Amino acid sequence: MSGKSRRDFLKKSAIIGAGVTGLSTSTTKAAPKNILSEDRMGVLVDTTVCVGCRNCEWACKDAHNLPAGDLEAYEDRKILEAKRRPDHTTLTVINEYSHGKNSNLPVDLKIQCMHCDHPACVSACIVGAFSKQENGSVIWDTDMCIGCRYCMAACPFQIPAFEYDKALNPLIMKCDFCFDRTKEGKLPACVSICPVEALTYGQRTNLVKIGRDRIKRNSDRYIDHIFGEYEVGGTSWMYLASKDFKELDFPDIGRNPAPGVSESIQHGIFAYFVPPVSLYALLGGIMWISKRRKELEEEGKI
Amino acid sequence: MNYELVNPVPIKHKFFTPGVIALIIIALNGLVFLMGRFFFGLGAVTNLNNQYPWGLWIGVDVAAGVALAAGGFTTAALGHVMHREEYHAIVRPALLTAMLGYTFVAVGVFVDIGRWYLIWHPLIMWNGNSALFEVGICVMIYMTVLYIEFLPIFTERFIGKVNLPGILSRLNKLVDKILRLLDRGLSKTMFIFIIAGVVLSTLHQSSLGTLMIIAGPKMHPLWQTPVLPLLFLLSAVSVGFPMVIFESLIASHSLKLKPEMHILSRLGSMIAPLLGIYLAFKIGDMFIRETFVYLGEFNTASVMFTIEILFGVIIPLRMFLSPKVLKSPPLLFTASALVVIGVLLNRINNFVVAYNPPYSTTSYFPSFGEISVTVGFTAMLVLAYRFIIMNFPVISLPGKQTAQPTKYAIRGVEK
Ligand code: SF4
Ligand code: SF4
Ligand code: SF4
Repeated sequence: MSGKSRRDFLKKSAIIGAGVTGLSTSTTKAAPKNILSEDRMGVLVDTTVCVGCRNCEWACKDAHNLPAGDLEAYEDRKILEAKRRPDHTTLTVINEYSHGKNSNLPVDLKIQCMHCDHPACVSACIVGAFSKQENGSVIWDTDMCIGCRYCMAACPFQIPAFEYDKALNPLIMKCDFCFDRTKEGKLPACVSICPVEALTYGQRTNLVKIGRDRIKRNSDRYIDHIFGEYEVGGTSWMYLASKDFKELDFPDIGRNPAPGVSESIQHGIFAYFVPPVSLYALLGGIMWISKRRKELEEEGKI
Repeated sequence: MNYELVNPVPIKHKFFTPGVIALIIIALNGLVFLMGRFFFGLGAVTNLNNQYPWGLWIGVDVAAGVALAAGGFTTAALGHVMHREEYHAIVRPALLTAMLGYTFVAVGVFVDIGRWYLIWHPLIMWNGNSALFEVGICVMIYMTVLYIEFLPIFTERFIGKVNLPGILSRLNKLVDKILRLLDRGLSKTMFIFIIAGVVLSTLHQSSLGTLMIIAGPKMHPLWQTPVLPLLFLLSAVSVGFPMVIFESLIASHSLKLKPEMHILSRLGSMIAPLLGIYLAFKIGDMFIRETFVYLGEFNTASVMFTIEILFGVIIPLRMFLSPKVLKSPPLLFTASALVVIGVLLNRINNFVVAYNPPYSTTSYFPSFGEISVTVGFTAMLVLAYRFIIMNFPVISLPGKQTAQPTKYAIRGVEK
């Protein structure tokens, strides 16, 4: 067999293989955008400053056209007795924990999407509706979403919520880092309303510096850990605290990006479609040989 | 060697029996809850919530459904790719199961996704990083391939017998001609689809295992492992033949046919090595990651894991090694049923039992509605299977040796 015809053969079987599996090589690269800009923004949440006034809950609802009610009603602190989770009606919640070191005040903890640098939701979404934006926000295109809820199964912080009670047009809901506001140069609603400046909005790299600085200058106030600096590969929202983050119910998740393993498996199986196409060729070969052997057997008998 | 030639025929039997009527009632009950789901939303019928986004429907209707339909590609690989003609008699029933199985998987997905009217989105919106995307696309294409593989059975049924009612009868000749043309074209190209079917199956059977890897520590360490895709593939391969035996024995019992023990025993003798490989990887993985420590704790996870391995793999593995089991229909049936249940359990464990979200306030157990829909779908599948084998040449009657060329062979080479 000349080199050329063998190459032709390989090319042909590759085309058949790819054609039958219905995809072209470019698919392996088709993925939603995950921009990690140096200038991406973030928020540093100082849980030792937060007073648990829940104004951010109200502002967030107000900014997202969700029924928010009166701001005065949020002064009722009874609600803090139970632990809550963000859902489709409340994109951020405050939970209260017992005091940390060198203080008698309770710890109040704001919870919302972490806006991961390597978001599991972006990697998982079947239609690529989720994306990490240049300014750090992890947002999603509601019109693309098919409601499969894989993003929910994937998110290590259990953040995306789903409108289970709607028969038509149920939506995935989560904090969108006020993408529409920041686009116009405004602060995220929660940051802007916070009366005690527990939330610092800024470039993520600066926020890490600020956090480090605060820890250094007030080592009796903080534990030496910025949650989100390295967790799951880094997040845009980061936390300072006066007690171990495990005691604040943060999940113990390590430093590897959540989608790392599954993406490398996916890309291993589909590396430029070589594995599936070779399997196709191999099976074709086996089929041809088995058939041929059978024929020869029969001819031999006659 | 003297191969028994296959002679698939539509089976003559009464359709309605008490069992069938019971199945119809179960199916109708499922439909009622299905209507509830479409009129009032997922929350009204299921116990799913923000903590547990996936439940019984993904675990059983989709994941277990795909695994238990693996008989389609394993028998195709054996009968056509390796060209073992003695197994051709079981290829058609297995193909039918796979075709119906995947159809119900697709219906299951349609029911489970919140925005079902956008189910076509993955066709044009691609995310190559997403395991779910890959599963979705592969399942869609494979289902099409299965329908194409089934087409010759359809043409065979109608060629020379086209008899349209009334005024349409004028078209009889034309339709017949089209069918013949289709049949000839299909015979020449079928090998392309058969190989594609095997490749696609290998891909998505393993990608189903990749699905939960991204859930990371939310999944119990007894199941969460980077080799999940391999375990899923191996378990799918080892459940293929048991599933074929399982339903073949049920069908012959229900239709009062003689079970084709000569084929089934030989098929059964191949199961032990396959199960053995699966078990070796499963146990090996457990020792490498040292997860056996979790078996010491007494909780749902450890109990479910033990049941899955002991009754789903080890006991049937031992059974399939015994020649006595291979020769006895009831024992062969028991062993096969154990493997089938084992894989079913494994998929439930992976997608439901092992899933433990960090902020769960309750635990998940499927609602009556969810169970009704799943059981209802299973009943519908059985009814459809029964209807098709009574009207299409799927099942080969043993003994009757009318020579008839087998479908799906490479026609060019065959003479
Ligand atoms: S916290 Fe969850 S939803 Fe938010 S970006 Fe990270 S993975 Fe996505
Ligand atoms: S529920 Fe929507 S956003 Fe989430 S993974 Fe599915 S399609 Fe993507
Ligand atoms: S950033 Fe915007 S969406 Fe997110 S919690 Fe704050 S107000 Fe809500």
